[in-house]
Amino acid sequence: MTTTEVGRARLRKEDAHLITGRSKYTDNITLPGMLHLAMVRSPFAHAKITSVDTAAAKSSPGVVAVLTGADVAAEQGSLPNVWPITPDQKAPAFPSIAVDEVAFAGEVVACIVARSAAAARDAVELVDVSYDELPVVMDLEEAFTDKVLAHSSLDSNLSATWVFDSGEAGTGKPIAAALASAEVLIERTFYQQRLIPAFMEPRSIVVDPTSEQITMWSSTQVPHILRLILALTLGIPESKVRVIAPDVGGGFGGKLTVIPEEFITLMAARRVGKPCKYTETRSESLQAGHHGRAQVQRLKLSATKDGIVTGLDVNLLADMGAYLGLIGSGIPILGAFMYNAIYKFPAYRLECNNIFTNKAWTGAYRGAGRPEATFAIERMMDELAVELGMDPLELREKNWIKHEEFPFTTVAGLEYDSGNYEAATAKALELFGYDALRAEQVRRRETNDPVQLGIGISTFTEMCGLAPSRVLGALSYAAGGWEHAQVRVLPTGNIEVITGSSPHGQGHETAWSQLVADRLGVPFENVEVLHGDTQSSPRGLDTYGSRSLTVGGMAVLAAADKVIEKARVVAAHMMEASQEDIEFADGKFSVRGTEQSTALGEIAFAVFSAHNLPDGFEPSLDSDATFDPQNFSFPHGTHLAAMEVDTETGQVTIRKYVCVDDVGVVVNPLIVEGQVHGGLAQGIAQALYEEAVYDDAGTLVTGSFVDYLVPSAPDLPHFTTARTETPSTTNQLGAKGVGEAGTIASTPAIVNGVLDAVRHLGVKDIKMPCSPSRVWAALEEAKMTGGVQ
Amino acid sequence: MIPSAFDYAAPATVAEALGLLAAAGDDVKLLAGGQSLIPVMKLRLADPAMVIDLGRIGELSGVRDDGDALTIGAMTPHHQIATDPLIAAHVPLLAKAAATVADPQVRHRGTFGGALVHADPAGDLPAPVLAAEATFILAGPDGERRVAAADFFQGYFTTAVDDGEILTHIRVPKYTGWGAHYEKFTRVAQQWSIVAVAAMVRVEGGTIAEARIGLTNMASTPLRATAVEQALAGAPLTRETIAAASAHAAEGTDPASDLNGDAAYRRHLAEVLTKRAVIAAAGL
Ligand SMILES: Cc1cc2nc3c(=O)[nH]c(=O)nc-3n(C[C@H](O)[C@H](O)[C@H](O)COP(=O)(O)OP(=O)(O)OC[C@H]3O[C@@H](n4cnc5c(N)ncnc54)[C@H](O)[C@@H]3O)c2cc1C
Repeated sequence: MTTTEVGRARLRKEDAHLITGRSKYTDNITLPGMLHLAMVRSPFAHAKITSVDTAAAKSSPGVVAVLTGADVAAEQGSLPNVWPITPDQKAPAFPSIAVDEVAFAGEVVACIVARSAAAARDAVELVDVSYDELPVVMDLEEAFTDKVLAHSSLDSNLSATWVFDSGEAGTGKPIAAALASAEVLIERTFYQQRLIPAFMEPRSIVVDPTSEQITMWSSTQVPHILRLILALTLGIPESKVRVIAPDVGGGFGGKLTVIPEEFITLMAARRVGKPCKYTETRSESLQAGHHGRAQVQRLKLSATKDGIVTGLDVNLLADMGAYLGLIGSGIPILGAFMYNAIYKFPAYRLECNNIFTNKAWTGAYRGAGRPEATFAIERMMDELAVELGMDPLELREKNWIKHEEFPFTTVAGLEYDSGNYEAATAKALELFGYDALRAEQVRRRETNDPVQLGIGISTFTEMCGLAPSRVLGALSYAAGGWEHAQVRVLPTGNIEVITGSSPHGQGHETAWSQLVADRLGVPFENVEVLHGDTQSSPRGLDTYGSRSLTVGGMAVLAAADKVIEKARVVAAHMMEASQEDIEFADGKFSVRGTEQSTALGEIAFAVFSAHNLPDGFEPSLDSDATFDPQNFSFPHGTHLAAMEVDTETGQVTIRKYVCVDDVGVVVNPLIVEGQVHGGLAQGIAQALYEEAVYDDAGTLVTGSFVDYLVPSAPDLPHFTTARTETPSTTNQLGAKGVGEAGTIASTPAIVNGVLDAVRHLGVKDIKMPCSPSRVWAALEEAKMTGGVQ
Repeated sequence: MIPSAFDYAAPATVAEALGLLAAAGDDVKLLAGGQSLIPVMKLRLADPAMVIDLGRIGELSGVRDDGDALTIGAMTPHHQIATDPLIAAHVPLLAKAAATVADPQVRHRGTFGGALVHADPAGDLPAPVLAAEATFILAGPDGERRVAAADFFQGYFTTAVDDGEILTHIRVPKYTGWGAHYEKFTRVAQQWSIVAVAAMVRVEGGTIAEARIGLTNMASTPLRATAVEQALAGAPLTRETIAAASAHAAEGTDPASDLNGDAAYRRHLAEVLTKRAVIAAAGL
């Protein structure tokens, strides 16, 4: 097989229609007779609902119906959590429309159905809800004490405690002994601030209930999962629901969930018997879409005096917000396997406490658990290096898995199939000019330059390709981790690829076309990729966790291989040769040792006409495949950030950012580059800019983009990106996944760099985001405590 | 993001607009570029019964040379303030400040007068206008009146413009030959000022002859840093004297605390940014 497509930096098929305004986002859909929804939301973070008076709203012009929690109490059920991390996990009921109690500000308490969006919005003001306010608990550490309860129906804010202990699991030594015999012990607490996914397209839903099959369009990452959950929760037969994810403008995990508004729109449409649309405002999106991160991480790291780490103990408080979302409970657990990162730690323990607060519920956000883990360990490695007076890179090298040691089973029990940390690091150092920057750093320190320079390092790995189904089963996740694909051969030899991995900006149409064009030897242009509609792609587990290529892409290849095997039978028949003598290359079947050949297209037409096929041959080349990975894949990389800190103002600037990522075999370098850039921006945003802040009463203070600071292009440097390519051995392509790499690696690189710039001035830590005022305050505090050397 | 229903009128002259304003009563808003008013209406923090759009009144837009001053129409968009040759020649401070406002879209729609009447403490145009000792020309039912910049900004989002009045023009004295700089401090590129300093200096030989310093977001209104101005007047043009004078920048200020920093941080920033603004304005 010649590969002319895999590895080629093709422009994306998807882009022309997106950038010329021809996109079909859910909000662009208008159906005949369609009605519009607006939500009445609780201004209080915790309150009893004592009454909901809808009379004035119902008589407002254009209003068709008003639904309250009481109206739908019998049918709405509870939004499900499909990841009970422990058998005794506690979760409050999560009704789409609150019935008696609200537990975060922004929770839906009623829904208006009206003839226009404006009429619906006007009527929101007219719904009179009476509340009895209850005490709120906003702070995670305070919530853990149970002094104030986030829900009056629960007797504790603790949802579950999950423990991994390498001693008990048999994957390593017991932690207690390692800590007790530590020559050096580093103890730190880190705060993972709350982040908001802030996808570009707000969530939007259209439901058409007017046919036998109800159709829902939703701006979701997970149309297949949504369909199943709607059926299970609302008791509608699965076959009577069709879900379509049309163009979806970003998700970052924020749309890897099912949301109250999807249920409400469906219930409203069924009641009024007309198509209904709901599109949230940006403020609603920030307030009531799920948030991410939000953890307190307490770590203990033991090491020998010469820098060999002997054990790591992690204690997490993870903020679930007010409810357990679809998979929110499992997000910290995804990180639990990554704290040991690229290192050979002999002992490891992690305890995770999932805790309720009166804030928006949390869920996946780009990286989902793994950025938190990577941040913590990469910060700890720097802290240890400082403690030992050792170069942070040298310390990492002492502890990391050498390339000749793969496959390597880690202390967390994962088998890393491949990797070459030495190669990625060497390349990064060269591109960065490490030694010259270190020399400049010394100069700036010596001259007391108001602008100090720091170098931040992050050597990361992540588990991608979610996920082997049996591993998910072992972690009590309700579903599997396989992916499905179908390859259809049209009579003309054109190809349709159906993928269950529903994209929302990743470029599947382009990448899958490249994969299939190579495998079947057909032109790239002749491949069409269909997705995101449960009618055309009936099976799938959708897009998240850097899984699409390593799982969904493998299903596509497996289906294409089945097409070749079917076509081989027909080719042998047509050329009157035995199947063993038929060779396939570049889209042609030929008889070994002869000039005779038949193109796939000719076979396609022969199968279509079915006039002359081998006896018993089913006249179709179309093939299905479902791929269940046997292991995760483990991308890795070395990221280096040169950070300038203006000590007069606390302003932080990225002077230079170099990353060398090893994502295995690359199908489309342009797409990989785009994923890395976007990922870096989001990771840098956590380090420097973004934070969801609530006031003491439970109101989201960062309720618009005026206060929730999402960086844009002018805030980011020119990134120097490069790759090493150590193929994964866990899939036939050798790919590893790239969707989350930049986000995971960049946050600790930036913060390590900021601290490296000001540590000599006595600063020991700065909470994220490292805003100018926080950096300045840290410098002032260091001055007061006499930290200046 | 849908505002409440409202009536709309788009008069062609100031006289017509004043008539509509008088007839409309209390519950009316003038619409300039809409870059502050429309977001507030969409969030339903304002729901005027009537909106009078000043966008069709040609006489309110443009920059005119009036001898010792420039007269700037209230409806002149930020983009024009940032690029107009008369402003560049005679009050470059305004051009520099206007260029830091938001993004190109906002600068093409948002107006000079709208920003001044809106009087957001973090807005970038009030402090330069105050430092430049501009005069506001207001048209009202009883004719025209003039208000000095020092009297115009009265509090948080509050100005001397009374109900029934329209800001028509801003008269800004010429500062031909003065050095100018607007030092804006933000966390991300497109953001309102956390603190900003507007500085104009007239240098004679090796001396700062005169200085005008305006502070953005150091109180509920823009402020003049008079103590700094006095310390600079007649001082030798050196970094040291500028730094020493700038240490007075926070005197008399009353900044707010918010997510971008507390009052103490803002006071500190005022000093640092004043130093930088004056150094840049003086071309040091
Ligand atoms: C995304 C975004 C970012 C921004 N960033 C910045 C920034 O960084 N710095 C900054 O300074 N500004 C910023 N702005 C605000 C911008 O400068 C606005 O243009 C300005 O505040 C208001 O001007 P306008 O012409 O849009 O006025 P409008 O919004 O139309 O009106 C504002 C108010 O002034 C009144 N008004 C307007 N004209 C008159 C008049 N002639 N007489 C009497 N009353 C009048 C209106 O009734 C209204 O109350 C930003 C705006 C947006 C949308």
